[in-house]
Amino acid sequence: MSAQTSRAAATKPAAIVKSGAAGAAVFPGSDSRKYNYFEPKGRKATHYEDMTVDVQPDPERYLLQDWIISFPDGTPTYSKDWTAAKSSNWHKFRAVDQEWERTHYQRQSTICGMVQNTIENGRKSGAPTRFDPAWVKILQNHLGAYKHAEFGLGTSTMQAQRYGYTQMVNNAILTNSSYKLRFAQDITLYLSEIGLDLPGFDIAAGKKHWLEDPIWQGVRKSVESVMGSNDYLEQYFATNAVFEPLVGELFRSGFLMQAASAQNDFITPAVVSAAEADYERNLANTVELFHILGTDPTFGAQNLGLFNKWLANHADLALDAANHLQPIWSQPRVKVAAFADAMAHAKNRIRGIATELGLTVPAGLAS
Amino acid sequence: MSASLTLNKITAQKGISIAEAANRVADLGWTPSYVQEAMTFPTDYKISKTPRDPMKQVLRSYFPMQEEKDNRVYGALDAALRGDMFRNVEPRWVEWMKLFLAIIPFPEISAARSMAMVGRLAPGEELRTGFTMQMVDEFRHSTIQMNLKKWYMENYIDPAGFDITEAAFGKCYATTIGRQFAEGFLTGDAITAANVYLTVVAETAFTNTLFVAMPSEAARNGDYALPTVFLSVQSDESRHIGNGHSMLMAMINDPSNHQLLERDLKYAFWQNHAIVDAAIGTFIEYGTTNRDKNKESYAELWHRWIYEDYYRTYMLPLEKYGIKIHHDDVAAAWDRIVKKNYVHKTAQFFTVGWSVNFWRIEAQTERDFEWFEHKYPGWYAEFGDFWKWHAKLSVPGETNILFNSEVGYSYPHRCWSCMVPCLIREDFVCDEVDGKIYTYCSEGCRWTHKVAFAAEYEGRATPAMGRFSGRREWEDCYHGWDVADAIKDLGFVRPDGKTMIAQPHLRFDSKDMWTLDDVRGHTLGSPLRGFRALSPIEREVATAEYRKGFKINPCH
Repeated sequence: MSAQTSRAAATKPAAIVKSGAAGAAVFPGSDSRKYNYFEPKGRKATHYEDMTVDVQPDPERYLLQDWIISFPDGTPTYSKDWTAAKSSNWHKFRAVDQEWERTHYQRQSTICGMVQNTIENGRKSGAPTRFDPAWVKILQNHLGAYKHAEFGLGTSTMQAQRYGYTQMVNNAILTNSSYKLRFAQDITLYLSEIGLDLPGFDIAAGKKHWLEDPIWQGVRKSVESVMGSNDYLEQYFATNAVFEPLVGELFRSGFLMQAASAQNDFITPAVVSAAEADYERNLANTVELFHILGTDPTFGAQNLGLFNKWLANHADLALDAANHLQPIWSQPRVKVAAFADAMAHAKNRIRGIATELGLTVPAGLAS
Repeated sequence: MSASLTLNKITAQKGISIAEAANRVADLGWTPSYVQEAMTFPTDYKISKTPRDPMKQVLRSYFPMQEEKDNRVYGALDAALRGDMFRNVEPRWVEWMKLFLAIIPFPEISAARSMAMVGRLAPGEELRTGFTMQMVDEFRHSTIQMNLKKWYMENYIDPAGFDITEAAFGKCYATTIGRQFAEGFLTGDAITAANVYLTVVAETAFTNTLFVAMPSEAARNGDYALPTVFLSVQSDESRHIGNGHSMLMAMINDPSNHQLLERDLKYAFWQNHAIVDAAIGTFIEYGTTNRDKNKESYAELWHRWIYEDYYRTYMLPLEKYGIKIHHDDVAAAWDRIVKKNYVHKTAQFFTVGWSVNFWRIEAQTERDFEWFEHKYPGWYAEFGDFWKWHAKLSVPGETNILFNSEVGYSYPHRCWSCMVPCLIREDFVCDEVDGKIYTYCSEGCRWTHKVAFAAEYEGRATPAMGRFSGRREWEDCYHGWDVADAIKDLGFVRPDGKTMIAQPHLRFDSKDMWTLDDVRGHTLGSPLRGFRALSPIEREVATAEYRKGFKINPCH
């Protein structure tokens, strides 16, 4: 094409194709309608993958100019050194629960509605006033104390979601934090509301027990140890692979949910059940991530050594915390759950998780 | 039955007040005594006062509210497809969304990460709930924007550019600007980054041009999806503005913080201006086909949102706390927009560089010229011929405008701070930092690199402050490369392996589309390398010459 004719073409009206809709014209690339810069985990990319993968860039993939601001010691905006774990491919992990914003809000909102309806309907029918008085004290003092453990783990994972090397890792930790903080608030508001129907109910007692009651000091120490870790993956691992099965589930499923109905309380199990479902998702994400790291072709053995160390340290604390909770099982008037059974179940659960991850079960959990 | 009886009255039961609920939720925190909390990101500020949460919202009401907002957004997207929105959308507009939506999800998720940085800094737990909601909000924004982009890719006539979006974000010379914006939220001094730069300045001031002004322009171009998503995003910003202001108020009464606050307000304002106004100004003014003379220009929008809304009603009242406000910078930014044609020069630069873009830029036409001249008197004399050249050189076979000496455009230096090129030639400055010469678009950007991002500020040690790093001059990455090879390396090529993603027109026909062969034979170079190689005297001469600017040749 000569320059003259080409210039004439440029000044012609361009509106040969009037529609801006897909398929209105065929030209190179007109059918390229999928994100094409990452390898999906399955045959096709999921919607979660499309929303998540590569949004946090990486100089080893597409970040041509590298990170352009650093911390004063030269640490870049994101650093692989923020965990002792190593990976030959940090981008491999995909969250099993596939959460992105829409699914997260749908699930959280559904839980909020379920919890609120349960409490409202229960209160309307006068249910809290029919709770066994000894049970009311347990809810006031011990469920009231436990809410702080959930909050501590929520703030710990909120901190941890800053440090991961990929968007997939950080978003899984972020949703974990969101679930924990919601549940801490669920309990707080639940106790506040039934407290309105229960004369003498002391809403401040839970925090006092959390801070001072010897029963709760092991749990507090265990949670503070998670919060105090400088390794974000240790925080994530200790939360879901250690604390939750040994203490969280033990208290929620092994005590509250089993004992409540025998004390005329049908509300607490519904409120607490949301946390059990949250945990299943958080656990699935955690096992997937640590399984990838533990079977890493280059760093797998080294990582397993590290995770075994984390497991041993945090399991010691969590086991001690769990054992200190034992007196609570004796406090309900009608005793339907035995601590030994709950503990055996908890140990079995953590052994299952450890085995799944290829870790060595610490001696204290062996039986 | 009583006339005033309602279902609500029948079913209502005593509850706790919102304030009481917020107080009890705030009491969930405690000071650890067995093990100290993990390392926080450090700050040089002192925060001794407990910040208050102005929103007093709890997660129980937050999540259903957000789900409802989402339902409206996704319902509207479905409705837009049923109403055949894309048949009437203006491709000129949607093309710019390839750039905008490549940039914005990373700043959003960076804001989520930055909540970790402020979450543990302040005493008390009241604002923690506010930070939690902001963290989840930003996760919302990042993924809802990725979803919108996917939706455009699936339904718009030319998906190329959307399909490589996050890869393009990492590589493009224009998206670099967005990375400077985003990394500033989460790197360096925690308060500087996550409070002053993010919430006090970016969210309080500049999200109004980003998420309010720009969606209005989208609607004028037949795009109802962008306003649906972004006005929903903006509805979350009031919470973030509240978080920022509350944290600011927790620090402002301590005079030892004033020096740093003055530094950071100045830095954050100038960088936001340099980055956001360059990008959003271009999208609004040059991405539109609507030339209604009664609508506000970007300059007018800036005056409304930044000058009146932010500067006069938010910043000026800070003076009563003893904070010295950087009035001169606000005036200088205004002058850059209205007198020095900052936005127009940015659009011109993006257009000169079209071949290394991943979106299409068509030429402005006589109709556009008339509007620009009406809104910015004198515009035609400076930019009219340039756009005529762009139209003329938009056909394959012509010499790429980037290398076409007939045009008279002179390729600019890159600003080491904001990473937008040094487009206002008369304001160009250079300086030496740690023994190396750098170039800057303005005195504000020189100050940012040399003075603000340093280990000491006005004699005070600032050990937490961040540093500039990386290969900040994009051109250096491809110094000495043939432009065709650079485009291939960038991945900005369509699936046939030869047709470029970027095109200097909106002609959706294979015969009109440029291929790598059409641009091959020209070499990219780093202006900074050449500048550094000069002797001090030669550099002075080159600076004076640069400041004189250039004149676009008449296009016949």
